[in-house]
Amino acid sequence: MSALEKAFYSPVGRKVAAKAGLAEPPRLRRGRTFPQGAIVLAPLGPSTLVAETLALLGRAHESPVVDDGDEAPGYGDRIGALVVDATDARTVSELEGLRAVLRPAVRGIERAGRIVVVARPGGGGGWEADAVARALDGINRTVAKELRGGATSTLVYAHEGATPGDLVSTLGFVLQGRSAFVDGQAWHVRPAAVAAAALDARPLDGRVCVVTGAARGIGAAIVRTLARDGAVIVAVDVPAAGEGLAAVANEVGGTALQLDITADDAGARIAAHVAARGARIHAMVHNAGITRDKILVNTDAARWGSVVDVNLAAQMRINDVLLDPATEGGMADQGRIVGVASTSGLAGNKGQTNYAASKAGVAGLVISMAPDLAARGITANAVAPGFIETDMTARIPFVQREVFRRSNSLSQGGSPVDVAETIGYLVDPASQGVTGQVIRVCGQNLVGA
Amino acid sequence: MHHKVVVVGGNRIPFAKAGGPYAQASSHDMLTATLDGLVARTGLAGERIGEVAGGAVLKHPNDFNLTREAVLSSALAPETPACDLQQACATGLETTMYLANKIALGQLESGIAAGVDSASDAPIAVSDPLRRILLEASRARTAKQRFAAFARIRPRHLAPLAPRVAEPRTGLSMGEHQAVTTTRWGITREEQDGLAAASHHRLAAAWDRGFFDDLVTPYLRVAKDAILRPDTSVERLAALKPAFGGPDGTMTAGNSTALSDGAAAVLLATEEWAAAHHLTPWARVVDAEVAAVDHPAGADLLLAPVGATGRLLARQGLTVDDIDLFEIHEAFASTVLATLAAWRDEDYCRGLGLDGAIGEIDRARLNVTGSSLAVGHPFAATGARIVPTLAKLLHERGPGSRGLISVCAAGGQGVVAILEAV
Ligand SMILES: NC(=O)c1ccc[n+]([C@@H]2O[C@H](COP(=O)([O-])OP(=O)(O)OC[C@H]3O[C@@H](n4cnc5c(N)ncnc54)[C@H](O)[C@@H]3O)[C@@H](O)[C@H]2O)c1
Repeated sequence: MSALEKAFYSPVGRKVAAKAGLAEPPRLRRGRTFPQGAIVLAPLGPSTLVAETLALLGRAHESPVVDDGDEAPGYGDRIGALVVDATDARTVSELEGLRAVLRPAVRGIERAGRIVVVARPGGGGGWEADAVARALDGINRTVAKELRGGATSTLVYAHEGATPGDLVSTLGFVLQGRSAFVDGQAWHVRPAAVAAAALDARPLDGRVCVVTGAARGIGAAIVRTLARDGAVIVAVDVPAAGEGLAAVANEVGGTALQLDITADDAGARIAAHVAARGARIHAMVHNAGITRDKILVNTDAARWGSVVDVNLAAQMRINDVLLDPATEGGMADQGRIVGVASTSGLAGNKGQTNYAASKAGVAGLVISMAPDLAARGITANAVAPGFIETDMTARIPFVQREVFRRSNSLSQGGSPVDVAETIGYLVDPASQGVTGQVIRVCGQNLVGA
Repeated sequence: MHHKVVVVGGNRIPFAKAGGPYAQASSHDMLTATLDGLVARTGLAGERIGEVAGGAVLKHPNDFNLTREAVLSSALAPETPACDLQQACATGLETTMYLANKIALGQLESGIAAGVDSASDAPIAVSDPLRRILLEASRARTAKQRFAAFARIRPRHLAPLAPRVAEPRTGLSMGEHQAVTTTRWGITREEQDGLAAASHHRLAAAWDRGFFDDLVTPYLRVAKDAILRPDTSVERLAALKPAFGGPDGTMTAGNSTALSDGAAAVLLATEEWAAAHHLTPWARVVDAEVAAVDHPAGADLLLAPVGATGRLLARQGLTVDDIDLFEIHEAFASTVLATLAAWRDEDYCRGLGLDGAIGEIDRARLNVTGSSLAVGHPFAATGARIVPTLAKLLHERGPGSRGLISVCAAGGQGVVAILEAV
């Protein structure tokens, strides 16, 4: 900690900061925990999709308070979540129904509560329906910015044909503390061949999950989270990081594979390691990443090449090997590929052309892979972390770091576990209908798509 | 042997010069880190291993149960038993054979053989007169008696005694002994420096090709062997002053091993246990022999393995031509060169009771990834470094490839073993 940083976090410093409007950030709810207060369900039409999904989750729900007069009515006790079934909404006038349930709910929601809107995506329903689908996105982003106390808002686009079983992992994730740092986001759930019947507490039981960059930071958190969910972990990091890697692997009873992912035979060595255990890979999590920041006019070929190779090209080469059905120890059908992008990549960030190229590239990659892998039931998704408290971000100078930390709707940096939980959701076998998505884990960072 | 004993993996921390990066680490710490690295690589966290056998040459009195304590600090199941063994510089090979024999007899299904030494953290003893005065003072009943005891302490009593690496029966250090051997066998400075340079270059090449990625786990931010000098050369080594054998000696700090810190471990098991734990056997332990020479009567202190090599090969019906790779511990470059000369020497071998010369070998098959001159030599760890290294090399060459390990040790002793790829 720098002297400035120490002073800032001293008791006096905290008082000064509070006066300057820098309040203590809200405490987020984490883990496999549901909101404390009631879950309120507000269907905007006859659809029972969300009601049935809540039933699969085993969660009771209550009726909404509707704002239909001049005096905004309130909830007696604070509510835990408002879940809106907007899958019937096609017209602009129906948006008023949403406003009418949102207004009392936003006012009456508990700390770290949840607003969730489930709607149909645009496309195919005509001009007005498309406008409505997009309007919902604007509402979601705005509600997320207005919510306080660590509450978040999420929009789920449930495609025609998606069943409660297809939605259960998504609604479970969004309502639970696992989604603590996912705010103002929207993503799609499609109908899947195999639908889940409930939310599983150990969805990865006995499944092999490979995590790169696992020796520390976000990678170590991914390992712990997937292991908690039952996974058999193969933890990969460069040989030089072997000491930390061994500690992480031993902590979860997994195996450590000291490997530079840029090695030509990296994919083959991962596969051989898994094959020796007589298994195939359920999830491949490409988390390893580096930064070599310089503004573009100072970025030479070496800085460019190393970042693009580690963060993007290496995972493409590894995927090629693992996705070959002939590769022993390769990806299993119904497997999961997850890339780690970054909000810096999606939004662009001064001094990070190389990094932005690689991270936006990861987003483009999974979007392109998803339809091609659908026949084998393999999903490809990415998470895009915003500011996460790790060794990587600890290197940012203090003042800049404090600004980054607070420039999101939750006024704080995320924890590595927040990224890990989102990945855990994506690799859950029940998340079969979620593919080609890029989910930001950024507390609704001011920058980013 | 009744059960096939296979080497299924190994781990060590990078070795480093005494007083270097591990100066503050104890043998316990280094052994624990080594076990943890092995456990992580093989996925054995929380597993009860049949037995762990380890040891150290330089040992603190408190470390009487060094290996068991390290097991308790490690990620292995606390129900894993352990014992300490010591066979000087051959400890790591002796622990390997101790466990291999138990596995072969069906007493164990799995075992971890290990060795560790810290020349940085060597136990310091107090002088004998001081020790006696302190004991007397502790027995004193009155302050006056105690004062009287302390009053006899003289400054000369206070000099600490570092452990001597001298042979008790000859008073000569190992280097001095080897200097006699070097002269006796006519080993030249050029040959010694050539062997030392090759050791560094081969070790560097092995690191470069990633050979150690699954044999070494970094420790205290040291990721590679710290003694290794990839850019050393015969010319550079030739510039060094003699360290042993007087002003005309040929043995220097460059062609003798440095005092080192480090630890190493080998995972041994039955084939069935290996399969059940999803581990690929690299090589089986074929046979071994321990031997000694009468160095107080003038025999070469570090050539005891020669006799063992001859007898072991004969017992297995093998000759050096049946061996693909040789690992001769580089205590000194001249130890290896004298060993090779002795293998070639008909009379010398017959004098040991062998049928004839052991034979000549192609140096391209010797210490192919470097040895102790470049890696370092934490005494007890060296055997446990060599076994997995050789097992992996043999596995790379394919089933049936054979390798021979020869490790000399203090006390005019040595251990020799044969591995065969499976
Ligand atoms: N921390 C953040 O705020 C943040 C934000 C957005 C994205 N990310 C991304 O999340 C991922 C993890 O970030 P972190 O903060 O934990 O970083 P970190 O630097 O703490 O950890 C990255 C790990 O990747 C490993 N690694 C690097 N190159 C490798 C290679 N060639 N082969 C194998 N392993 C390699 C490193 O050794 C290290 O253990 C990265 O992809 C990063 O770009 C982080």
